[in-house]
Amino acid sequence: MELFTDYTLRTVALGAALLGVVSGVLGCFAVLRRQALLGDAMSHAALPGIALAFMLTGRREPLILLVGAALAAWLAALLLLAITRTTRVKEDSGLALLLAVFFGFGLVLLSLLQQRPDAAQAGLKSFLFGQAAALVERDVVAMAALGLPALLCVALLWKQFKLISFDPEYAASLGMPVGLLGVALTTLIVVAIVIGLQTVGVVLMSAMLVAPAAAARQWTDRLGVMVLLAAAFGATSGVVGALISATGRGLSTGPTIVLCMAVITAVSLLFAPERGILWRRRRIALSERVPGA
Amino acid sequence: MNALDITDLTVAYRDKPVLWDIDMSVPAGTLMAIVGPNGAGKTTLIKATLGLVRPAAGQTLIFGRPYAEQRRLVGYVPQRGSVDWDFPTSVLDVVMMGRYGSLGWLRRPGQRERALALEALEKVRMADFASRQISQLSGGQQQRVFLARALVQDAQIYFMDEPFQGVDAVTERAIVALLQDLRASGKTVVVVHHDLQTVPEYFDWVTLINVRRIASGPVAEVFTEANLRATYGGRIAFLGHSEGTGDRVLGTGKRGLGTEYAETANAD
Repeated sequence: MELFTDYTLRTVALGAALLGVVSGVLGCFAVLRRQALLGDAMSHAALPGIALAFMLTGRREPLILLVGAALAAWLAALLLLAITRTTRVKEDSGLALLLAVFFGFGLVLLSLLQQRPDAAQAGLKSFLFGQAAALVERDVVAMAALGLPALLCVALLWKQFKLISFDPEYAASLGMPVGLLGVALTTLIVVAIVIGLQTVGVVLMSAMLVAPAAAARQWTDRLGVMVLLAAAFGATSGVVGALISATGRGLSTGPTIVLCMAVITAVSLLFAPERGILWRRRRIALSERVPGA
Repeated sequence: MNALDITDLTVAYRDKPVLWDIDMSVPAGTLMAIVGPNGAGKTTLIKATLGLVRPAAGQTLIFGRPYAEQRRLVGYVPQRGSVDWDFPTSVLDVVMMGRYGSLGWLRRPGQRERALALEALEKVRMADFASRQISQLSGGQQQRVFLARALVQDAQIYFMDEPFQGVDAVTERAIVALLQDLRASGKTVVVVHHDLQTVPEYFDWVTLINVRRIASGPVAEVFTEANLRATYGGRIAFLGHSEGTGDRVLGTGKRGLGTEYAETANAD
């Protein structure tokens, strides 16, 4: 097996698995708190952050670019809060607005950078759709340095995150700092987005948050199981997609990973027991037949 | 000592007052209904008391001290419709959430919490449903799960927002029995209630509000036709007529009339 011998492929697979686990776990909370669109807006908003970080420092260090991405995504989330609180613009319109403005600004910055003669900017375009083949060890180290603490936070604050996702007012009545915990969860979602930027890219990153969670929800009625399944689904599609693109002929990684995830999601929506479409059809058919028998 | 003292409480959303200068007290060990028309601020009154809504003015004391210091003494049953019942969790798990407040930041629910939750489910006759996914419950069952979650808080005063909403007659009787048990063991229960007919039967104290507090006190003294007319502004006003068709419309919303009665009713 090439996977276990080829150093580059191993790095790529490890990075993609890490990304899949982190985005799968945090995606569950994003989906349950109905923040899927916020994830989409924040990942698009990361683009100008990456470009600005590069323009200011002139370097392509992964950590510098990821910090730029995180700050921009964060700024978008804060602006959304400011817009919905102080104006009459509703949340969905605010999200659409922020996504378009930030992403547009990012594209403008990218095209400005392209006119530069130096070669360093060449790789920046891969943040649009991801380029897993370009992952090197220090990228994966940066991803792990961000992702593992994020997972630890979820493990430690499990009951708080569960309760603010299910019944935030009740959580507040128990004295939990619901606002602060919400900010913490959003920050962790930003971390998940940032980890995926090099591999999946800003355009399709939200699929990695939403799809594993939606697929996992089909198979279980327990939050703990859902989170583990989402992590497994995310990691599987991450690894398979990244390897297909890394060995293939110039395929962008983001789209291949998302297509793998789409297969898993489609199977889950159709065939999962109890919640799957086919299962429900069959049960209806059975219940119609039984009285006559 | 009073279980609850509210003084000069005013709450506004944007510029519109939802509650205006509310004063009320609930003695410990009473079962009190809060009644008033839709939009009267009943839910807001509970939320402001629990610190979920920031008041523009006024003070709320639970057993003589601010809510933040007395959380452990308070149990809360929110409206059933306030959560997504398709959330991936089980009945037992929801009930155990009632223990989260006393578990502290990092401790996880364990054997003790399970036992307490099962005991509470026993009390609301839902023990057989402990491992069910919550989306499989009927409205009345969901309501009883929320009650069980408040029971495991082992509080001294309970606030319940429309616990009878959408439940069948059997469940309603079971819940009333539970509330009366709580009162019998010295607890105080404050219930947002919709059905005026059952107020004298279920409760011993009542507060009538419509943005302002119209009256508050023992049912026998305060639950009068005049006060009801003042509260509902003549839109509906009925009391003591035969059931079913007895919803005779009285008056035409002369608020001033009822307020006089309210003042006398609260003279004590």
